[in-house]
Amino acid sequence: MAKVLVVTSGKGGVGKTTSTAALGAALAQTGKKVAVVDFDVGLRNLDLIMGAERRVVFDLINVVKGDAKLEQALIRDKRVETLHLLPASQTRDKDNLTEEGVERVINSLREKFDWVICDSPAGIERGATLAMRHADVAVVVTNPEVSSIRDSDRIIGLLDSKTEKAEKGEQVEKHLLLTRYDNARAQRGEILKVEDVLDILSIPLLAIIPESTEVLRSSNLGAPVTLGSPNSAPARAYLDAVRKLTGETVVEVQKQRSLFSKLFARRAA
Amino acid sequence: MSLFNFFKRNTSAPVARERLQVLLAHERTIVGGGESDLVAILREEIMAVIAKHMSVPQDNVQIKMDRGASVSTLEVDIEIPTTIAAGMRPAA
Repeated sequence: MAKVLVVTSGKGGVGKTTSTAALGAALAQTGKKVAVVDFDVGLRNLDLIMGAERRVVFDLINVVKGDAKLEQALIRDKRVETLHLLPASQTRDKDNLTEEGVERVINSLREKFDWVICDSPAGIERGATLAMRHADVAVVVTNPEVSSIRDSDRIIGLLDSKTEKAEKGEQVEKHLLLTRYDNARAQRGEILKVEDVLDILSIPLLAIIPESTEVLRSSNLGAPVTLGSPNSAPARAYLDAVRKLTGETVVEVQKQRSLFSKLFARRAA
Repeated sequence: MSLFNFFKRNTSAPVARERLQVLLAHERTIVGGGESDLVAILREEIMAVIAKHMSVPQDNVQIKMDRGASVSTLEVDIEIPTTIAAGMRPAA
């Protein structure tokens, strides 16, 4: 049974696209068939982070409008063959993204893939609500920073009211992904601690992605960090996140992780 | 060698710069409302020509593209059913 996962946040620039690429690649590496879908019509970037920007022929709106078949628009990753990208349109108007059209595309993707990962645009407008509409699972990406936390709270409210599951009286499974976390600064009291963020948002923690230059480096090279720098701290955190998402019990590896081991042991979802 | 690798690891920015230059050179022509992207026009016109002569299911047409700095390639792969190839042209 395919799962539809939305990566969302409300606020821009917190790491939705980076996380979509990293989680998608990590899931695909376990042998699962994965499609990552960019919902940010007009400002697409998932193709760039995945390193497929030169290969985009058709996009989500072409498929929604029937100009192209889903198979023609899907771009297969050159590194992991079970990983596919459905890019957003860069030029078309986002009004072309209709509710019925999106539902049709998501249903077709469910038939072909084990995981469908929707990269939400920032904001709470049409694009963001359509990206979360059919989700079974939501990953709420948050930075330890006041405006990001406030916007995440707003998004959690939308996940509980505007999704297909919510309207059926069910719950979207929600997870917090705390990104760009600098433990040293948190310990010095300069930024909010994990505990603070979890207390405020009260959804279970999926993983803490440490602030790292490896994330930027991988973006520069057009590789999801889990492929471009698989042994780096952020990649290992994303891999842990994927194990939790797929229902594996994560055995905390203590080596080289002393900084985070305390946090993980206490707060792991 | 390790020193070489050390420097190499820190030079992802030039790759980013080159990728962006290629990408934006293509995108500016489209988004800026100027002349349309040549590769996209070719793609649509080639499809129209095919449709004029035979009705090939969309599934039988695979299109791949690779936009480069100086050269872009457009690869159109059409599976023509034998009934069409033999001249038994179904109604378009």
